[in-house]
Amino acid sequence: MTWMQYLAPLLKGAQVTVMISLASIFFGAILAFAAGIARTSSNRVLSGIAFVYVVLFRGTPLLVQLFWFYYALPLIGISFDPVTTGITVLSLLTGAFGAEVVRGALLAVPPAQLEAARALNFSKSYTLWHVSMPQAIIEMMPAFGNLAIQNLKDTALVSLISIADLTFQAQSLRNITLDSATVYTLTLVGYFMIALCLMFVMRFIEMKLRRGPAFPRSAHS
Amino acid sequence: MTSIIRFENVTKRFGALTVLDNFNFEVQRGEKVTLIGPSGSGKSTVLRILMTLEPFQEGLLEIDGISYHEPNGRGPFKASEKHLHKIRSNVGMVFQSFNLFPHMTVLRNIVEAPVAVLKMKRDEAESRATELLRMVDLYDKKDHFPSQLSGGQQQRVAIARALAMRPRVLLFDEPTSALDPQLVGEVLGVIRNLAQEHDLTMLLVTHEMRFAREVSDRVCFFDKGRIVEQGGPEQFFSNPQQPRTREFLSSFLGEQAPSRESLRRVQ
Amino acid sequence: MMYGYTWDTSTPLTFALSILPILGIGLLVTLKAAAVGYAIALVLGLVLALLCRSKSRLISWTVTGFTEFVRDTPLLVQLFFLYYVLPEFGIVLPAFMTGALALGLQYSAYTSEVYRGGIGAIPRGQWEAATALNLTRLQVYRDIVVPQMIPRIVPALGNYLISMLKETPVLSVVTVLDMLGLANMIGERTFEYLVPLSMVGLIFLPMTFICSALVYMIERALPKSGIPLR
Repeated sequence: MTWMQYLAPLLKGAQVTVMISLASIFFGAILAFAAGIARTSSNRVLSGIAFVYVVLFRGTPLLVQLFWFYYALPLIGISFDPVTTGITVLSLLTGAFGAEVVRGALLAVPPAQLEAARALNFSKSYTLWHVSMPQAIIEMMPAFGNLAIQNLKDTALVSLISIADLTFQAQSLRNITLDSATVYTLTLVGYFMIALCLMFVMRFIEMKLRRGPAFPRSAHS
Repeated sequence: MTSIIRFENVTKRFGALTVLDNFNFEVQRGEKVTLIGPSGSGKSTVLRILMTLEPFQEGLLEIDGISYHEPNGRGPFKASEKHLHKIRSNVGMVFQSFNLFPHMTVLRNIVEAPVAVLKMKRDEAESRATELLRMVDLYDKKDHFPSQLSGGQQQRVAIARALAMRPRVLLFDEPTSALDPQLVGEVLGVIRNLAQEHDLTMLLVTHEMRFAREVSDRVCFFDKGRIVEQGGPEQFFSNPQQPRTREFLSSFLGEQAPSRESLRRVQ
Repeated sequence: MMYGYTWDTSTPLTFALSILPILGIGLLVTLKAAAVGYAIALVLGLVLALLCRSKSRLISWTVTGFTEFVRDTPLLVQLFFLYYVLPEFGIVLPAFMTGALALGLQYSAYTSEVYRGGIGAIPRGQWEAATALNLTRLQVYRDIVVPQMIPRIVPALGNYLISMLKETPVLSVVTVLDMLGLANMIGERTFEYLVPLSMVGLIFLPMTFICSALVYMIERALPKSGIPLR
């Protein structure tokens, strides 16, 4: 086998990696907004639940979470297929980190803006969605970009619960060919290229959001 | 005339600091009142309490016959959103730092609240906004964003935004303090025109003494959470009774000796 | 039985308590790996950051590309790379050292970014003033740059230590018997994964929580304008 022949299985794995990464970024973003908003809520129960969720998933290693969902949960009768498990755990992890980004950005909206909204008699939820969120979401983008890359890298761990992602394919190839240097170099380059695409997409979204004269500040200011 | 605002023995504390101490104050319907005094004297706090931005600890406060306390006796800041909503529908506020929404165009800034809160139809709200923008002479900027306007222009939009909600009481919290000196005039011009409106009650916190004298029906001098002296502008500025008032006014006019004559001459 | 300790699977609680000493041994391995990895990350990151400021375009671009590459690729694959490829070049390290090296390499990409940000945040005027005073390069870094940099970089570096701590369980994949490795082994022998895995999570939680609180306290305690020199 030459390195050209490695490409087919690696590409197959890369597809799985991209699929899992995109799915868990998507669900993670939903969780991030839900938990981030709940964290800033004045409802104690809601913010309490969100706090526990964030602390649990930020405070424990991803690999422990993965194994826990994969090996431990079936012992008490809850089991999913590996791909569902992988996407669920990665979404929960990304959501927990994202929740802190959302919360931080919401808290960074100048209090004067909230006072103006109050003086105009906006309801709390109207203020959140029409005053705070449009301003906060732009501030979240750089951090979300980093989280997306982190998520992509984290997907490599799903190979350990038998999902045939890029890392898993690399492992199988190595075991067959024993050509470690080539296989892993190609794999790393593969991840790097996916990461570059992901970064490009995130920058593009940020640029779209930042477009127009409303926010003349440059990115990352 | 009937009073539209009534403070009765209102006490407001920030922690150990008492900002308003058994404060009593009434404003008549349509009256234009200027609040002056050194910073930290509590004048802005009066406006912020009226706008429900700050709670107070003791006393009674009524606006247009509605108590800030809910009938069931709970304090105003444990009052339901519904009750606060009712109070705020009478009051508008213009802030020192304008506080326009940066992500909305000028027109949208003005239209947003009438549509979202008053449930006005959008085209109706827009024609009203157009009218207001003409009034503040900024119709040509309606599609600009706040960051593209000068401070004076932003403040004029903020005044239009507050007026779009048709408040009975309009509060101005140092509306020109954040502006470059050459931009102060255009904002004062707009406020001066508003002061002609008969049934709009205005409370104005400002350091523009000449302007206060010109537009107000009554001037109140605040010091340490109390009104030390108040009266009609002519009498207040030309013949202040209290030494503390004289001292304050003279410091403002850059005079060494706080004599009544020198005050009169400068004005 | 493991390391001379036996487990008692009669109830989840007795099971959890009986494997605690075993996991304790794993915890030491986890902490050691994080410590060695972090030391590598701090030093290697500094070297990368300084090389990045090199006047030679070739060096600075190569180093920038390298750190970007390391930062955007998974630790697990880098670990496999080191674990399987280094021996082909005659470098045979124990699994623990390979693991610590992989951790250090990955996080050096992060720390170099922190150092660069810290140096970059020193206002231009400070460099110019130092030049005007005719200070040597060493004096500039020792007396001007580093004291002002510390309040900026210490919190970020601390947070990366916490992240790294949470990534050490990956080392169990290359046979390092850290906490997770031992928990998995107990699971294999007892067919009872829930308790050992939960225990690992429960041990990590207070560790990361306390470390975060510490970083926060240090951040608050550091003078914003820099370490005072008298």
